Amino acid sequence: MATSFDDPRIIEFDVRTDEMLVNMGPQHPSTHGVLRLVLRTDGEVVSEVTPHIGYLHRCAEKIGENLSPRQWIPYTDRMDYLAAMNMNLGWALTVEKLMGMQVPEKARHLRVIIAELGRIASHLVGMGAYGLDLGTFSPFLYAFREREKILDLFEAACGARLTTSYLTVGGATHDLPSGWLKQCEAFLDQFLPVIDEYHDLLTNNAIFVRRTAGIGILPPEMAIDYGCTGPVLRGSGVDHDLRRDGEEFYTQMYDGYAFEVIVERDGHYPQDHKYPPVPSAAVLGDCWHRFYVRMLEIRQSIDLVRQAMDRYSTAKGSHQIPVKLTQKLPKGECYLETEAPRGQMGFYIVSTGEAIPWRVRARSSCFCNLSVCHELCRGCLIADVPAIIGSLDIVMGEIDR
Amino acid sequence: MSGGETFIDRLKREFGDGIRGVNLEAIDPWIEVAPEALVDVCRYLRDEPDLRFTFLNCITGVDYFEPDPKKAQKAGFEPHMEVVYHLWSFQNKSSLVLKVLLPRWKDDEPGKLPEVPSVSGVWSTANWHEREVYDLCGVYFVGHPDLRRILCPEDWEGHPLRKDYEMPLEYHGIRCR
Repeated sequence: MATSFDDPRIIEFDVRTDEMLVNMGPQHPSTHGVLRLVLRTDGEVVSEVTPHIGYLHRCAEKIGENLSPRQWIPYTDRMDYLAAMNMNLGWALTVEKLMGMQVPEKARHLRVIIAELGRIASHLVGMGAYGLDLGTFSPFLYAFREREKILDLFEAACGARLTTSYLTVGGATHDLPSGWLKQCEAFLDQFLPVIDEYHDLLTNNAIFVRRTAGIGILPPEMAIDYGCTGPVLRGSGVDHDLRRDGEEFYTQMYDGYAFEVIVERDGHYPQDHKYPPVPSAAVLGDCWHRFYVRMLEIRQSIDLVRQAMDRYSTAKGSHQIPVKLTQKLPKGECYLETEAPRGQMGFYIVSTGEAIPWRVRARSSCFCNLSVCHELCRGCLIADVPAIIGSLDIVMGEIDR
Repeated sequence: MSGGETFIDRLKREFGDGIRGVNLEAIDPWIEVAPEALVDVCRYLRDEPDLRFTFLNCITGVDYFEPDPKKAQKAGFEPHMEVVYHLWSFQNKSSLVLKVLLPRWKDDEPGKLPEVPSVSGVWSTANWHEREVYDLCGVYFVGHPDLRRILCPEDWEGHPLRKDYEMPLEYHGIRCR
């Protein structure tokens, strides 16, 4: 439409806009690390998003080619540093699969306790940081208040809070100290009612719903096409959770556990009678659903930790099978994916029969989840970009490896 | 993996020499596919109603090369490059591994990257995975819509996950080693 600046009435109704490239990041607070997005905008509308990653790249895979698998555990901590325990577990299981090793019952249940606590801690950060992305500060403080207690539990178990290196090839480095279960039980009892506060703060919050419902809709076919996993995939209504559907070598860890995959079926989430209803504006696959799946997974992980603690206290065997640092790996290769909080974390190991693997590969869940962002952000408003990126819950340490 | 013998026979009937070999004894059994047939095989695996490998987990490049000549004699492999594809079928809850074997350098001319057709038209997620393999392992994906480095800076030299890679002494005035 022709516009003329001579006529004030036209300017009033038809502001001429030019295409403009806006650089967002790498130090933008809502990019969850160092992600750089180049937005092609027309006024307030984003027509194209180009993500640039790699600012945290340290070629962890090359480092892994020079270390024995147990020595590489600390490097897996630094991938998804918000769920270090789950990263440790993924790598440890992959090496065990290659070695054909089964951990004792006690170690198995210990791993479930720790992995599910890791999931809670990670989703708490995801929730709190998402609030920050949308401009509300207080949920972040509430989330970190509880996360701190989980980190205390981790500290009591292994001495570290963030980069834990706790779950290792053959089990865990230490057994849980005496009194730990009681401490954990006390935390869970205190934590359960707090979740309702979170729902009041965000899930139910009218402003939050306005910012997230119907924004960044990811259809299930597109989610699969782009390799999205975890809450991003389940938020689109795909009923898939590796803890139930994965390879047997992984699912046997959860053998005998009662749990339901958190996904919407016929308009309802499991256990949703206890929880706030899905707002009418929400569309399956939007930011709100991805957030909600995480919130319900927190609740579910509490159940799983409780079940695991019961089993752990009566389980037989040791917390680990000792594995020497110089232990030679069998010749061969294998790939295993585990359900980490942010999606399916895969590790691939190739061995030529030495103690040091020939090649290691980490398939990052956030890497694939982020790769769909240019589709989600096409045609949205600039203000919605942080809402969409935040709902993918990415950790750059894992993407860049 | 679905089927075992019959599944392999079916693929061989469909693609003939496109299926170069199989290894069913491996921990994760794999199928070796000729580079020329890769896209057709992938599209077939994705679209067949009883297979539906709609999900690509991962693409990995593996460099088989031992720089130390003494160790190379005992290494037990000829120098080559492998590209490994891990697929998943939601319908059958089963996984599948495809491999493409390539020379380390095209026409054995060092510096000329080996070529393999891109599967980014079959699975969109392959786009970023192939960029990563190109960046770190130095494999050229023919037909990729936007083959740029993804993790390393654009002006980085060499492909770090190659076994004969040498870290540059400096990068833009920053000492590297």
